[in-house]
Amino acid sequence: MTAPLVLGIETSCDETGIGIVRGDTLLANVIASSMDEHARYGGVVPEIAARAHLEAFQPALAAALAEAGVTLEELDAIAVTSGPGLSGALMVGIAAAKALAISLDKPLYAVNHLVGHVGADVLRSPVGDAPVTLQPSALPVATSGPLEYPTIALLVSGGHTSLLLVRDLVSDVELLGETIDDAAGEAFDKVARLLGLPYPGGPEIDRAAAGGDPNAIRFPRGLSLPKDLEKHRYDFSFSGLKTAVARHVERLRDAGEDVPTPDIAASFREAVVDVLLRKALAACGDLGVPRLLLGGGVVANARLRQVATERCAEEGIELRIPPLSLCTDNGAMIAALGSQLILAGHAPSGMDFGADSTMPVTEIQV
Amino acid sequence: MLLAIDTSAGTSVAVVDRDRGVLAERSVEDTRRHAEVIGTLILECLEASSVAVETLSGIAVGMGPGPFTGLRVGIAAANAFAFGAGKPVVRVVSHDAVAYAHYVAAAASASGIVTGGGADATPLLVTTDARRHERYWSAYSGADEFALPIRVQGPGLQRPDELPEVVTGYDGYQRWDADWVSAASVGLLAESLYLHRRAFAGAEPLYLRSPDVTPSSGPRRVTA
Ligand SMILES: [Zn+2]
Repeated sequence: MTAPLVLGIETSCDETGIGIVRGDTLLANVIASSMDEHARYGGVVPEIAARAHLEAFQPALAAALAEAGVTLEELDAIAVTSGPGLSGALMVGIAAAKALAISLDKPLYAVNHLVGHVGADVLRSPVGDAPVTLQPSALPVATSGPLEYPTIALLVSGGHTSLLLVRDLVSDVELLGETIDDAAGEAFDKVARLLGLPYPGGPEIDRAAAGGDPNAIRFPRGLSLPKDLEKHRYDFSFSGLKTAVARHVERLRDAGEDVPTPDIAASFREAVVDVLLRKALAACGDLGVPRLLLGGGVVANARLRQVATERCAEEGIELRIPPLSLCTDNGAMIAALGSQLILAGHAPSGMDFGADSTMPVTEIQV
Repeated sequence: MLLAIDTSAGTSVAVVDRDRGVLAERSVEDTRRHAEVIGTLILECLEASSVAVETLSGIAVGMGPGPFTGLRVGIAAANAFAFGAGKPVVRVVSHDAVAYAHYVAAAASASGIVTGGGADATPLLVTTDARRHERYWSAYSGADEFALPIRVQGPGLQRPDELPEVVTGYDGYQRWDADWVSAASVGLLAESLYLHRRAFAGAEPLYLRSPDVTPSSGPRRVTA
């Protein structure tokens, strides 16, 4: 089978993502974000996100077609995120995808957002180079080439924090653990607010942490005590960390002392990064999987990438990080997963699926 | 010939023709399954009417008022279908379609002619469920010679007990609490608006409610 030309539609959170791929070749990746509209609320407002998707959809689709230099008629299939995510937001993409598929008489694939993040790694740019892969230089492993399985995937954003075992992208994905309260990205937003920094918190914390001492304050690592590890070995919790930062800041302010923002930001960030990677690398070790893939918007965090590179190198684990524009929510990753499903011979999804805000990762395609 | 979609109440899809009337209509009343059923309803209407996408002249869509999550599904579908088919979208106020169907039926029963017209000076107040104990409403002074409704107030959003104060001359209206908006009515209204060169509705969905949010007043204390 020749590489299928697939349009991917992603509207699970605050980015309207339209991507076009041919097999594993990235042709277009257009993202319209409503992030600015959420800033004054300190977090994503689902109804604002859904309204923005409706407005952004058609311009983003037109832009993606232009960027890829293809026509709608040339498409072989359409893929759309059906979950997990914000249901009102998902519904905009689903309704549009269904109507578009019918009007063009093209097959439709409804796919899992989280598995889509993993699917982003298969994409190559049209000139044929490899994705951005940070390779521990000591290891005699090829820096390019397709992702090998099994792999552990750590997906971290404002909407999710999940650790997956991917034995096969299109047929065998297992959830090892996830956050039991806030997503890591949410923790960044909330702590940024505590420190009087604007939304979104990730880049602000990163900036504020520059020059700060990551070991100045020992903030708690959620679900890392022996008793927690029994039940939650691969689960995450950031709500206690956020409260610990709040207590610390309040104590200083109540005492009339200066709040050392750089130290607090750096120490908080270190706690998040440490617990994320400790659990991800524990999974690699426990399961004997020498590969770790990162995905999700929090990958934009420089410290996370740096510590991941260092620790993976120490432990002999191949680290893969797709380019940032493919790590944040986007339509190209959905198209990539759709294209892999088609190449593996999967049938289209039918027309009766809806938005599944808690869609499990074991359900790769509806 | 138009594919018509309205999701301001349940999910309704139709194929209508200016000369031949309603060729197919499929609806699901459930107000929570818009996204699930929209595709199947479109497919069924195209199949039942034996209409090929290429032969449609456009897509008609009800812009509300309606509860936002469901309303958006129909608008998103209509926009995407139109983009895919390379056809224009024509938009109508969903209440206008309810009023239009009402005036057409009144004219038909008065004259015995099914697609009759004739001006009608009966004031009509259309309301639909807005949830949270509120109603969407639109007030019409009557219909013109083509049975096209003349909206004089609304669409608005009110508690039922507020309607008498808000609707000017409330007592003079015949009130029609519609529990349904038919896509066929949306389509037929759009055909008639086009035929008689009247204005369509704007591109903004008629949510009539702002997103339920208040800007944060800053972080709350965690220590007492
Ligand atoms: Zn995501």
